[in-house]
Amino acid sequence: MTAAATGLTTATPPPDLTGTGGAPRRGRGLRRFLVNGKVTTGLVILLIFAVVAVLGDTIAPYDPSKRSSDILQGPGWKHWFGTTHIGQDIFSQVIVGTRSVMFVGLAAGAVATVVGVVIGVTSGYLSGAAAESLSAISNVFIVIPALPLIIIITNVVPNSGDWTIALVIGCTSWAWGARLLRAQTLSLRRRDFVEAARATGESTWRLIGFEILPNLTAIIASSFIGTVMFAVATEIALAFVGVSGISEWNWGEILFWAQGQQALPQGAWWWFVPAGLCIALFGTALSLVNFGIDEFVNPRLRSNARRSFRAADGRRVRMRVGFTPVVQAPPRGEDNER
Amino acid sequence: MRFFLRRFAFYVFTAWAAITINFFIPRLIPGDPVSALVAGMRGQITSDQIQSLTVLFGLDKHESVWMQYVDYLEQLSHGDLGISFGNFPLPVTSVLASALPWTLLLIGVTTIISFAIGTLLGIVVGWRRGSWLDGLLPVTTFLSSIPYFWLGLIAVSVVTYAGYFLPISGGYDPGLVPSWNLEFIGNAIEHGLLPAITIVVASVGGWLLSMRNMMVTVTAEDYVTVAHAKGLSERRVVMGYAARNALLPSVSGFGMALGLVVGGTFLVEYVFSYPGIGLQMLQAIARHDYPLIQGIFLVVTLAVLAANFLADIAYLALDPRTRKEG
Repeated sequence: MTAAATGLTTATPPPDLTGTGGAPRRGRGLRRFLVNGKVTTGLVILLIFAVVAVLGDTIAPYDPSKRSSDILQGPGWKHWFGTTHIGQDIFSQVIVGTRSVMFVGLAAGAVATVVGVVIGVTSGYLSGAAAESLSAISNVFIVIPALPLIIIITNVVPNSGDWTIALVIGCTSWAWGARLLRAQTLSLRRRDFVEAARATGESTWRLIGFEILPNLTAIIASSFIGTVMFAVATEIALAFVGVSGISEWNWGEILFWAQGQQALPQGAWWWFVPAGLCIALFGTALSLVNFGIDEFVNPRLRSNARRSFRAADGRRVRMRVGFTPVVQAPPRGEDNER
Repeated sequence: MRFFLRRFAFYVFTAWAAITINFFIPRLIPGDPVSALVAGMRGQITSDQIQSLTVLFGLDKHESVWMQYVDYLEQLSHGDLGISFGNFPLPVTSVLASALPWTLLLIGVTTIISFAIGTLLGIVVGWRRGSWLDGLLPVTTFLSSIPYFWLGLIAVSVVTYAGYFLPISGGYDPGLVPSWNLEFIGNAIEHGLLPAITIVVASVGGWLLSMRNMMVTVTAEDYVTVAHAKGLSERRVVMGYAARNALLPSVSGFGMALGLVVGGTFLVEYVFSYPGIGLQMLQAIARHDYPLIQGIFLVVTLAVLAANFLADIAYLALDPRTRKEG
């Protein structure tokens, strides 16, 4: 995240004051972003999860809460991920639980991003006491440990459904994005293209909306993804410890029952492995997209480039960022003729 | 010095904000559950204790919020956090005093270890960009996407399967009495090993990635090229020039990461029934032990603030620019 912030200063596209010719550039940039292997992998995984979340109970083979006589069975043809202590199908629970996880993640991410953009850009663009106090508030929210605070609030709020949890997580986790956005806005607001737009008499809102915000896209996207990751982890943690209301299935809920029914001592590994792997896979997909954004913004971070070349005389030369490759002259000195 | 004072003022402000949040949250609980609990315990608790709970939870509705706030601050300054319903008749402060050392040791040791390992690996991976070491990145990404508590569950099942070579629950053997003798300390370390390994494995990836990215960025700076051109040894260029500067964002991000580590550790304590603050908090929630919940939130926040302050002092030592002004 820090790298994204530092890299952006060098990678900000040059100002396009005339407003023409911007589209092809952007199209090329988007393609470059999508061609990145990490981004594609991440997006494909996310897409699969999204489809599962939308279809949910229609593709689940069983009703996730329905009891059956197949008690605590391991994975097999009838129950792909095995069954619980009362014969519920774990595969169906994982599938149906995807929706709640995706919903809370995206909703909390959206709430946090909106709050973060408003507070971050405002405090970065304006100056004076108001901006300073907004920045102080976001610093306070960064430092206060989030999970205990969220646990306390959800514990206090009655009937905590998915909406409530998403709102609570969103309202407590915007600060990190706001801080990054503020830093970047501070550096953008005195750039020449902003000054030029200001000199032509553009209104403050137009300056923010059309000159500053487009240059913050990468940070906004990466802080959105970061918040989604945090929100998903938090929702699952809340369900796992049994704080959130037990209304809908989600992956944390499955783990809650697995823990409560002593799945581990009974050797019922299938009860908690699938949900955990889904969480890890979802998180990995999100961070792959985030790496893609970082690498798009700061191309030096890419790792797939070939770094080692064979020089004309058969020696290997390692290319390093920042260093001019120096090939030592071979002992016999024939090299000078080439 | 100015940097130091500014940070100090910020922490005082944040501590005040946390105390104020702690004041308002219980007053938003609908339906007055605390009065009901206090009423249920009439005859068992003394009038002093009722008075202190009244101040903490605003049970006296006739007082103005402002007066409640003043009373609340005054009571906190005496270190009175009320009594714990779940551990009756212990006051919240003594429950905290017995749980806090476990958590502080667990978080302190694991955070330092994973910061050190992650940062060192990050230096190597960032410096040798493009070599086979880049293969570490997807692995660490996957590891850092796994929730701490799930990794803990897996660790428990692996140890169970392999025949209990390490204790999987509790902070020490039930037969022992906590004291400073070798037997007890050894036993406590043995019990802490599995939770500690879990936290280190789950958190090392984050440090590695941020250090790697900063190393890659810093390596292209002119001062690194100059250091190389001067003919300094590679070791000196890496450690004294590149890594030293790449470390700064990691150190300033240390405090923020700590908030996440605290949350993760709470759940790890729950999985391993480790007798720390996290386990106490989750038990307190299950028992509706409101005074203990509030007390834990306050103490954890203040501890995180203190750790942030230490990170700032480290930053002060690492970055001479902060010392120069004023």
